[in-house]
Amino acid sequence: MKRKVLVVADLRADQVRNVSYEALGGAKTLSGGGEVAGLVLGHEISSVASSLGAYGADRVFVIDHPELAQYVPDAYVAAVEQAMKVFEPQVVLFAHSAIGRDVAPALAAKHKAGQVSDVIHVELVDEDVIFTRPIYAGKAFAKVKVAGDMIFATIRPNNLSMPEQANAVAEVVSISYEVPTKMRTKVREVLKKASSGVDLSEAKVIVSGGRGVKSAEGFKPIYGLAEVLDAAVGASRGACDAGYCDYSMQIGQTGKVVTPDLYIACGISGAIQHLAGMSNSKVIVAINKDPEAPVFKVADYGIVGDLFEVVPALTEEAKKILV
Amino acid sequence: MNIIVCIKQTFDTEAKITLENGVVKEDGVQFILNPYDEYAVEEALKIREEQGGEVTVVTIGPVRVEEAIRTALALGADEAIHIEEEAAFGDEYTIAEVLASAIKQKPFDLILAGNQAVDDGSGQVAVRLAQLLNIPHISTITKLEISGANVVAQRDAEGDIEIVEATLPVLVTAQQGLNEPRYPSLIGIRKASKKPITKLTLGDLLLSSDAISSKATILEVNLPAAKGAGRVLEGDTATRVAELVRELRQTSKVL
Ligand SMILES: Cc1cc2nc3c(=O)[nH]c(=O)nc-3n(C[C@H](O)[C@H](O)[C@H](O)COP(=O)(O)OP(=O)(O)OC[C@H]3O[C@@H](n4cnc5c(N)ncnc54)[C@H](O)[C@@H]3O)c2cc1C
Repeated sequence: MKRKVLVVADLRADQVRNVSYEALGGAKTLSGGGEVAGLVLGHEISSVASSLGAYGADRVFVIDHPELAQYVPDAYVAAVEQAMKVFEPQVVLFAHSAIGRDVAPALAAKHKAGQVSDVIHVELVDEDVIFTRPIYAGKAFAKVKVAGDMIFATIRPNNLSMPEQANAVAEVVSISYEVPTKMRTKVREVLKKASSGVDLSEAKVIVSGGRGVKSAEGFKPIYGLAEVLDAAVGASRGACDAGYCDYSMQIGQTGKVVTPDLYIACGISGAIQHLAGMSNSKVIVAINKDPEAPVFKVADYGIVGDLFEVVPALTEEAKKILV
Repeated sequence: MNIIVCIKQTFDTEAKITLENGVVKEDGVQFILNPYDEYAVEEALKIREEQGGEVTVVTIGPVRVEEAIRTALALGADEAIHIEEEAAFGDEYTIAEVLASAIKQKPFDLILAGNQAVDDGSGQVAVRLAQLLNIPHISTITKLEISGANVVAQRDAEGDIEIVEATLPVLVTAQQGLNEPRYPSLIGIRKASKKPITKLTLGDLLLSSDAISSKATILEVNLPAAKGAGRVLEGDTATRVAELVRELRQTSKVL
């Protein structure tokens, strides 16, 4: 059975995020030879449409409208609906991001459809669409089958493999946006916060600080190492609660769940709630002065020592090969 | 102000997950009120304290979830609705349909929920519920102000903060940082035992179990592959960081 699969692209600063290319690869698998389309929503974003073709979209729909410049649920739900009317997909994939997490369930409810969130693997088994997702914040994994002729899913960044970029050119179809009669919420203002440039959920390398950094100032060496490694900076809840950093940096069961290639935990004890958020990282390095800290149980490499000595030394060593 | 809070009882975040016959074992696990729902309950209580009204908590689940209901009542919620019928324990589609039918039977101005539960972590139910009730929603909020019918919330959108406006009735989901949940007081705990818990069946809600059966089914659950013991590097700092960088580059190939 062939299925039509729509991938709603997730944009950050008007660029398509890698997770959307990864989702295109998943879409290809799930389509069983059917058509894969991408959808780009926003304002003055048409230029990014072609990149979706290079990663496997057969067709790319673009809805470009000032009302879509800022994310608002009613506007985005209506826009995706309009694209769905044109393309008539059986599967719709989003990123498991601030927008995807918000739009997908609204559409799933409207369509009385099943949805699987935070997917890390997709497969077709005897024509059934099967997703794998973490439960208990990564302490276990569930394989989930969705019934029905309309299926929604949100894809976790960094988990489906990135398709090869090809020279393919997709047909770009512009859909004119019918503005919904009522926008029930309005964004008055967006306060951008100056957190570091690299996005935590997509980062290949993350350097995290815990209560062991001892102050906001103590995060400096962490940022120094992150800069050299082109890494994002994360934190334990201990560090957030102590006010050393912002909650948006928290990793763990009640923070972000991350799966980078390399995770470096500095001054983090490794409480089970923290481990839940990072223990599926490919390689884990722990730097902690307490040799008994539980974080060493999940670490591939451990250094027992004072982070204020080890982290700067590591930064210098990394510079030798990376800068 | 009629405030409804959707709550879920979840495994304690300390809980170790083990499997028995392919399903997650519940024996010996401590259950708690989902931490994000604690923020939702706290916010509801704060609003009621300022503006008057009633706080009703709604939940779906087996008998054991009464403990979470009692916690919410001990914190200060006025009453509870509990749907205990097994046919209601489905996927996010099922849960949202059942909650919507239960909530439709009551007048409400504001609905609060946690932005996700720490067990399934799918974060779908509240958004689905808003859709089914045909009211707007604001997700992952870290601040809420209500004056008259006007709602202003701060929404955490991956670290950016959006200031969002809406008019009641509205549904909001709580993000960490929204408030500091209180602890139940002794008086609160005593009072909780006398507060009403209304048990509803699918029949009461005019729902047939067929119409709400799950769309998503769990086929199997697996635990992550156990990690082999790692290596604690030895030597002075310079030796260890040099070895670490070499290993990360040559053996693990992550640099
Ligand atoms: C419901 C609930 C949800 C939670 N969710 C999360 C979550 O999502 N994420 C999370 O992280 N936590 C979470 N927690 C909290 C968790 O239980 C721990 O309290 C927290 O992770 C501890 O943070 P920490 O490791 O930074 O601090 P600590 O446990 O205090 O550890 C600090 C570590 O730093 C080391 N250290 C100190 N100084 C130095 C130095 N100079 N050099 C090197 N090492 C040093 C110490 O040896 C120690 O191991 C949650 C808790 C609950 C109850």
